[in-house]
Amino acid sequence: MLSNCSEDRDIRLNPVAITLNFSHSWNGTEITNTDFNQLKFTNENDQILSIERLRYLISEVSLTHESGEITILDDYNLVDLENNESLSFRTSEGVLPGDYNSITFRFGFKQEDNSDGAYQDLNTASFNVPEPLGGGYHFMQFDGKFINSASDEAPFLYHVISAIDPSNVNDPIDTSFTLNMGPTTIGSNTIINIQMDVSEWFKNPNTWDLNEYNINLMGNYEVQLLMNQNGSSAFDLVSITQ
Amino acid sequence: MSCSNQDIDLEEEYTPVPFSLEIPEIFQQKLIAPLIPNNNPLTEEGVALGKKLFFDKKLSGNNSQSCASCHKPENSFTDDTRFSDGIDGVFGVRNSMPLLNLAWNFDDKFAWDGKELGLERQALEPIVNPIEMHSDWETVVAKLEQDPEYPILFSKAFGTSSIDSSLVAKAIAQFERILISGNSKFDQYLLGNATLSLEELNGFTIFMDEEKGDCFHCHGSDNNPLWTDNMFHNNGLDTNFSDLGLGAITGDPNDYGKFRSPTLRNLIFTAPYMHDGRFTTLEEVIDHYSEGLQPSSTVDPLMKKVDQGGVQLSNQEKTSLKAFLLTLTDFEFINNPNFRD
Repeated sequence: MLSNCSEDRDIRLNPVAITLNFSHSWNGTEITNTDFNQLKFTNENDQILSIERLRYLISEVSLTHESGEITILDDYNLVDLENNESLSFRTSEGVLPGDYNSITFRFGFKQEDNSDGAYQDLNTASFNVPEPLGGGYHFMQFDGKFINSASDEAPFLYHVISAIDPSNVNDPIDTSFTLNMGPTTIGSNTIINIQMDVSEWFKNPNTWDLNEYNINLMGNYEVQLLMNQNGSSAFDLVSITQ
Repeated sequence: MSCSNQDIDLEEEYTPVPFSLEIPEIFQQKLIAPLIPNNNPLTEEGVALGKKLFFDKKLSGNNSQSCASCHKPENSFTDDTRFSDGIDGVFGVRNSMPLLNLAWNFDDKFAWDGKELGLERQALEPIVNPIEMHSDWETVVAKLEQDPEYPILFSKAFGTSSIDSSLVAKAIAQFERILISGNSKFDQYLLGNATLSLEELNGFTIFMDEEKGDCFHCHGSDNNPLWTDNMFHNNGLDTNFSDLGLGAITGDPNDYGKFRSPTLRNLIFTAPYMHDGRFTTLEEVIDHYSEGLQPSSTVDPLMKKVDQGGVQLSNQEKTSLKAFLLTLTDFEFINNPNFRD
């Protein structure tokens, strides 16, 4: 009996990978790329719009153990709704199984990770930001069309990048943000199901007027800050399965 | 009995040498490794066979055309006509696409409309296309088998002298994958080995400026030296489509009028431009994006000023943009003897 207890204590836990699955909704109604290219969505500002392209970057999955120890997984993933494989992301690094007070991930890259041209797969995917706009990478490329105030179809390019303050162009503002999915237990096959409500990018806290902000937004410092505020409420934990 | 012994002898000689792909330094820095299928690894023998086949007119019905007839090395592996005529003098409806850096097309969708999934499948099509090389595989295989060299070359490349369409396509695909262009003036500039003129630099700035050319979203950048995203876009050529492009393949009306972005490398050699070769000069291409965009239901949102006809570049900006584009010319690629017959 004593021997058994001793053996139990000696069991070594191996790090396990975590899977993050991303789904998408519009005001809670699930959407996929089959809903693209259709003027079927209405934003908070009562503007009818379509989604034609939606890609975004997540990075830095982080877990805070009950003991206070923090494990950061140095991974990233480009979620592209037109590539179903990208909707499920299995971390290449592992974390010890157990109970954690929180699991977080980052939308975009934090400033020190957002190095210009540093990620070959993202270069190949043409996700770069021109150097005069701070370099590095897009955090989100969300393209579509809307019905403008003249009742015409018009494009919008909701591109989230680091914000460049015109008065301080050499020091981009970090507009990435972390999202806390709450406490979790990590087992051998943990899947974190996360949903982005795309409508939130037009809603909370800033009601978005596409007539005002539609194209050429990458270099607009003020607009990048508004995007950052709205994105913070766009992601929710749906479920965790083991 | 004699033939049988020859087959055995030939197959015993099957010791292919892995082909060492010469990946340009700028690609090594910026891009992930090229896509080489596990079931068709590059070998010296396979590439040599593919090159011979690529330039061999035996592959056409009347022995008058090879792959290189429409994909000429001196034209960055396209030709200089709007449409290409096949062996019967019938013209197609699409401009011949240049062939370069194909191993970095990770979606593996080839041709203007993405209909060809994988280079091996693509290589099969023109040979039997009635308005291109207009042959059939039974004839082609018979010609190759009767040739004194091919059975030996196939044995060396694939371990069998039994020739079939699949092996022909594999060999051609191997040759096509080594057609790498990555040594232009701009590549050398990025590596610190060349300088650009003020006009060329201004052109690059316009290319990368969200409020000017905004070319980078579809055509790569200094960080994506393929100078294409290999994706499908409707770039505002027409309001009504005579050619549905990707839409004809997917059947999805939302894909009507979408075509794969071509690389901007070696444009000086690849005129005329667009899927239908409608523009004969680079000036016309730039004018299209500046003032000539046409609205349609599927025009890409990235053609963001379609309501104004385009991004409205000044004459000076157009001249600078063209000067930059010509820095993507790779003379070494055009003149590489390894890529010539």
